[in-house]
Amino acid sequence: MVSTYRIQGATGEWEVVIGLEVHAQVTSNAKLFSGASTEFGAEPNTQVSLVDAAMPGMLPVPNRECIRQAVRTGMAIEAQINKYSRFDRKNYFYADLPQGYQISQLYHPIVGEGQLLIDADEKAGIPEDKVIGIERIHIEQDAGKLMHDQHPTMSYVDLNRCGVALMEIVSRPDMTSPAEAGAYVRKLRSILRYVGSCDGNMEEGSMRADVNVSVRKVGDSELGTRTETKNVNSVRFVMQVIEHEANRQVDLIEDGGKVVQETRLFDVASGTTRSMRSKEDAHDYRYFPDPDLLPLELEDDFLADCRSSLPELPDAKRRRYETELGLTPYNARELTAEVETFARFETLLSAAALRIGKPEAEVATQVANWALSVAPGVLKSLGAEADPAHASAGAQAAILAMQDKGEISGGQAKEIYEIVLKTGRDPEEIADTEGLKQVSDTGAIETAIDDILANNQDKVEQYKGGKDKLFGFFVGQTMKAMQGKANPAVVNQILKDKLG
Amino acid sequence: MTDLTELGIKAIREGVANGDFTAREVAEGFNAAVAAASELNAFIVATPDHALAAADAVDTKRAKGDDLGTMGGVPIGMKDLFATKGVQTTAASHILEGFEPQYESTVSQNLWDAGAGMLGKLNLDQFAMGSSNETSYFGNVVSPWRKSNGANTDMSPGGSSGGSAASVAARIVPAATGTDTGGSIRQPAAFAGITGIKPTYGRCSRWGVVAFASSLDQAGPMARSVEDCAIMLEAMAGFDPKDATSLKMEVPNWEAGLNADLKGKKIGIPKEYRMDGTDAEILESWEQGKEWLRDAGAEIVDISLPHTKYALPAYYIIAPAEASSNLARYDGVRYGLRDLPEGSGLQDMYAATRAAGFGDEVKRRVLIGTYVLSAGFYDAYYTQAQKIRTLVAQDFEKAWSQCDAILAPTTPTASFPLGSLSDDPLTMYLNDVFAVPASLAGLPAISVPAMLNSDGLPLGLQIIGKPFDEQGVLNAGLAMQQRANFDAQPEKWW
Amino acid sequence: MSVTREEVAKIASLARIRMGEDALDRMVPELNNILDWVEQLSEVDTSGVEPMTAVISNSLRLRDDVVDAIPETAGGRREDVLANAPVAEHGFFGVPKVIE
Repeated sequence: MVSTYRIQGATGEWEVVIGLEVHAQVTSNAKLFSGASTEFGAEPNTQVSLVDAAMPGMLPVPNRECIRQAVRTGMAIEAQINKYSRFDRKNYFYADLPQGYQISQLYHPIVGEGQLLIDADEKAGIPEDKVIGIERIHIEQDAGKLMHDQHPTMSYVDLNRCGVALMEIVSRPDMTSPAEAGAYVRKLRSILRYVGSCDGNMEEGSMRADVNVSVRKVGDSELGTRTETKNVNSVRFVMQVIEHEANRQVDLIEDGGKVVQETRLFDVASGTTRSMRSKEDAHDYRYFPDPDLLPLELEDDFLADCRSSLPELPDAKRRRYETELGLTPYNARELTAEVETFARFETLLSAAALRIGKPEAEVATQVANWALSVAPGVLKSLGAEADPAHASAGAQAAILAMQDKGEISGGQAKEIYEIVLKTGRDPEEIADTEGLKQVSDTGAIETAIDDILANNQDKVEQYKGGKDKLFGFFVGQTMKAMQGKANPAVVNQILKDKLG
Repeated sequence: MTDLTELGIKAIREGVANGDFTAREVAEGFNAAVAAASELNAFIVATPDHALAAADAVDTKRAKGDDLGTMGGVPIGMKDLFATKGVQTTAASHILEGFEPQYESTVSQNLWDAGAGMLGKLNLDQFAMGSSNETSYFGNVVSPWRKSNGANTDMSPGGSSGGSAASVAARIVPAATGTDTGGSIRQPAAFAGITGIKPTYGRCSRWGVVAFASSLDQAGPMARSVEDCAIMLEAMAGFDPKDATSLKMEVPNWEAGLNADLKGKKIGIPKEYRMDGTDAEILESWEQGKEWLRDAGAEIVDISLPHTKYALPAYYIIAPAEASSNLARYDGVRYGLRDLPEGSGLQDMYAATRAAGFGDEVKRRVLIGTYVLSAGFYDAYYTQAQKIRTLVAQDFEKAWSQCDAILAPTTPTASFPLGSLSDDPLTMYLNDVFAVPASLAGLPAISVPAMLNSDGLPLGLQIIGKPFDEQGVLNAGLAMQQRANFDAQPEKWW
Repeated sequence: MSVTREEVAKIASLARIRMGEDALDRMVPELNNILDWVEQLSEVDTSGVEPMTAVISNSLRLRDDVVDAIPETAGGRREDVLANAPVAEHGFFGVPKVIE
């Protein structure tokens, strides 16, 4: 089933075809071809080597870690890994490109065909899971940065980013709605962060997308002329660009105009795109193999190391959460979407299972509900009063264990967790000293129940006569008498015994 | 005392080590010779202080009894393509005028570490593009050699390492660095009656050498004898982690391995090098070379290198293509010349800077290179040229089953008067027709002076060897040197 | 193949070399002479021949992911990087204002 996203034009319905080129900064200490640091936010031009500044006679030597991360990423999208690849030069002149060429991979990229699954999301207009083809991943150098607002007649050039390793992840034009594109970027980001090959920080520019958009009449098989909007740095903006471009192109064509294949820029303030003047005549990049670098040939050992170092990936983890841990599809998806979420969950699950003394699968649902709704709820209600540093897995596991044993109720669990978050005190000590414990002492409960039954003989008779609903009345009375601290399971059991 | 400038590397090193003279005396002698030879225009800048400081360091070491290094006390000329820290490095181009690198090229650093000092930066063809040293922004280098007819015509020292060749021949330096992309060490060495070797591609680090064509550029020594070349090459070569194409191999002790006995060696004579337009005297010298090698014990065998004819045109696609990209960094932003016409933008600045900064030959090659890489032409030119390069290399591969080294002329003619070919780029390119095949295949090759022609100009002979077999090349060169007894020197007119 | 004046102008623009009318006039025949001469390469049958990738068989060496491992290729040398710049201000290179 295909997306139902359509543009309603004056002449009929249009569909949109989207391909994304995502540039992801490879997580590495040093740059792709030089020893300068990749750290974000340094003073201008302080993380620039003579190589990055393209001084005469400087030469590139590739960083193994960047190659390794690209290969691992390729493996994570089930792609073909090319044991033979080459670096090519892409030649063009710009002030952020000191060499006058970018070292990239055109003819022989390191990663070939792969794919990525975007998850069904009915609300967003993605009726079912969809596979998006990935054409290739190649490694290339990032460019420097220009500042235009520091001087009336000059632009300033900072080369700190210049030479940082990027992976360019090129999708097939398989997406047909802004929602699909958004889901693709989110899923890709999740995979990159699982793999650890990119931190996915879109605000710092660690991940940005070139968005290729074209439109065609519903039913047409030919692709329309596409535009490429460069450097879009959030999921929301990617979706806005598509909305805007699709509508702009439809209006243009319906007004008798033609879409020009061109590079465009997204203006965040207005939510619109505009033609990028500076790249107008840069279309003949004269790619050729970089003669400073030999072909890159990957050894089997290297590939085996890349593969064995891959973690469990989102799709596999989600399946396992459903089948082995018995979580609902919703919970499984929520818990596996982000690295931090599953990491916290798995730590807590393991601590709770240990504390409770049951297999993980038996406590997983309880822990998942806690992790996804109860704990975040408490944290949110406390606001600034909470110190997240107190939210240790040990403390939460202790609370969950007390709850599992029936020592505390769900409400008491929340109350205890509130105090933990505010003070960092020990949950068991809180339960004891703050009187936040359920009474499971059958003696005390029996005494209370005996009193209630004795004082309500009429209701006992009615119950025994078949008025089952009165059971709740007896429970309520008992809990009231116990000031809410009786273990409901124990109360139920004793009442059942006594009422016969 | 003998005139110290008459001495080569080995003699200087030994004299200094033995205390026959000090390194400072040597440096002073050559500094004076450099200063007196301005008419040759061999230097772009002289660096007498650098030479003296290095010499003093060697003299101090000697006083302490420390090791002086394999080049201890030898001052040399540095082709101005090697970046030298704090010393203007121009590649003989206006676009780099005034550029003072904050770094030292690996090769020059290796030489200083071996005890050598620098007399100055030597003139060359602009960005090493040229075969006559007429493309330098800093003027032509004039060969110290003149025809024996008394006409006093200024002759070309060859190129691109023209300043290196002229200064070694004129005895104003004992040795100099060169670089060879398509003959730029061997052709000027032949024109100037000196010895020059281009090692196997990857032997000498390219780090800090202004790039012309990365897949071809190799540094090498230019000196007065095979022995001196062996010593200096050993000091220059070595693995460099900063150059991804650097060979990770031990540098052999070539000097100790020198052996002119060629018994059991086969020397190939490629029939395709017998080309139309080759000077009769060149062919004679080639015959003479065969005799010398035979006399040294070698067996002479005929071989075929069938794609020889295509090597030069393939080179004139590959080298300009690489150069067009390598020279993109000269844009007026980070160093060198900036030409910013009133009111112009960034791209105008690039175009103006490069128009003003590059010489005609550089422009020609950058344009050719840009063209052959451009959309629609890439396969027809660049890919085809790289395939032919494969064929040229395969020709040599096959030849190695029949011979250990190859003997050929270095150049098709002797030196020519400055200006005589400068309007005819194609004829100029043909100068390198015998040198380029070894460059395309990355092979070691040496030019050794053989004789003077009837005009009194030197002719060189070339030995091409197997990959990594610099020793074999040096040995065959030594065998010829011993038999040629070439001791002619240009008469001093400068 | 030969190039027209317009093509040479286009190549010069791609290569960012400003060329006046005179320079173009001179360059067109020069380039055509060279291109005519290299044309002979097309007569070689290269079917089945791989283009040269590495002149001396050698594998691409990779370096370890260590910041500033070799001083000559390390960062943290802004003064050196800016030392030869025609215009450097406040730690930046200056270029004529760019409109993107």
